[in-house]
Amino acid sequence: MTEGVIMNLSVRINEDSNLKVLEVSGEIDAYTAPELKESLMPLVKESGKQIEVDLEDVQYMDSTGLGVFVSALKASKESGSHFTLKNVQERVCRIFEITGLSEIIDIKAAIRGGNE
Amino acid sequence: MKETIEKNSIKYQELLRKYINTQDEKALYDLELISKAFIKKNILPEELINLHIQAMENIYPQLMDEYKLSMEFLLEATVFYGLALQEVDYLRQEKNVLTAEISVAANMQKTLLGTQKPERNGVDIGVISVPAHQMNGDYHHFTAGSNGTIGIAIADVIGKGIPAALCMSMIKYAIDSYPEATMSPNKVLENLNRVVERNIDSSMFITMCYAHYLPMESKLRLSSAGHEPGYIYRAETEEFEEIRTKGIVLGVMPDAEYREYELNINKDDLIIFLTDGVSECRDGDRFIETEELLEVIRKYIDLPAQELVDNVYQYFEKLQDFQLRDDFTLIVLRKEV
Repeated sequence: MTEGVIMNLSVRINEDSNLKVLEVSGEIDAYTAPELKESLMPLVKESGKQIEVDLEDVQYMDSTGLGVFVSALKASKESGSHFTLKNVQERVCRIFEITGLSEIIDIKAAIRGGNE
Repeated sequence: MKETIEKNSIKYQELLRKYINTQDEKALYDLELISKAFIKKNILPEELINLHIQAMENIYPQLMDEYKLSMEFLLEATVFYGLALQEVDYLRQEKNVLTAEISVAANMQKTLLGTQKPERNGVDIGVISVPAHQMNGDYHHFTAGSNGTIGIAIADVIGKGIPAALCMSMIKYAIDSYPEATMSPNKVLENLNRVVERNIDSSMFITMCYAHYLPMESKLRLSSAGHEPGYIYRAETEEFEEIRTKGIVLGVMPDAEYREYELNINKDDLIIFLTDGVSECRDGDRFIETEELLEVIRKYIDLPAQELVDNVYQYFEKLQDFQLRDDFTLIVLRKEV
């Protein structure tokens, strides 16, 4: 099954601190990226917020997904918020590296073999 | 429409009578012809039920009132199917109009973004670019400079379809305005980056590789803006060498700078450029890895450049469950002397 893969998004908010965690799972492509964008953009637009996007359960992402993070980066620069991508899987990490976006987006790769 | 209904009402009644009396299958076959004639004339289902009510009243004048009322009830229920059918018909017409418009746009794009493969002695070039949908979000362009220099641009706009295709026209006209032969690949990308950064939506960007092939010096100079790495097939060792480059995609950082890389190209070496549509191909659930692509290229390595790329595409196209998820562009350039 490659068509109709549904991306599940869940947002976990840590009330104790100023940190918000967005957990994403599924495939991020042209069909599911708008959903990710809708969840992520309001968070990065709040000034001074710390956001972590957990990509542990994302095995596939295409360039549309990168576009969402590029938008988020531009918005966070304006609002003074900061977001980090964590547990980024090897395949997804590779496209951040090829596109040079890993130089300007804060990315923590998944520990190799740790989640396999 | 009214004519078709009237013409068929007697026939319907006869078929119905025949079927009730004999259950003859031939009556069902003839009934199908009536249905088809109705569908062809866009006659709504409730008209058919109406026909049935009249036919039943004619054949059996003594029908129960309860039966008649039940048929009125059924008629009411089908009205909504009729409305939905009308809407489908309307949407189908609208879709046809849109499809026609997109195909005009796709043709226009082919004309606007068209590029000629330079024919030069000593170099054999092959190129294939296939859009996933009608409009292509990949772009490639060749220029033939003085002293035999060949300029090669390959780019991929994020996403696909119409927005990506429109964006490509911008790149093409920006490049056209540069004094290409004198402009080094990194300067081309730095200039384009400023144009793109100012003019596109915040969620869009473009990956691009720009190269100069210098046959006199046997060198390839190139810069990359976050583009899928290219490869060089070394004839001497029969190995593929990844062209390792760094550089951020166009349209994200207003003042990005790009490094220029220089590589030696020897006789029979093959330079390979591609877009990520190639490396993101899927065979069912499986991704086609770059290594596999290179092995396919190796399989056809002895063919002339154009036949080589055509065969590589056909190879993937023939895979079971193959689906082109993104636009696919593959360029190869072989040094022949």
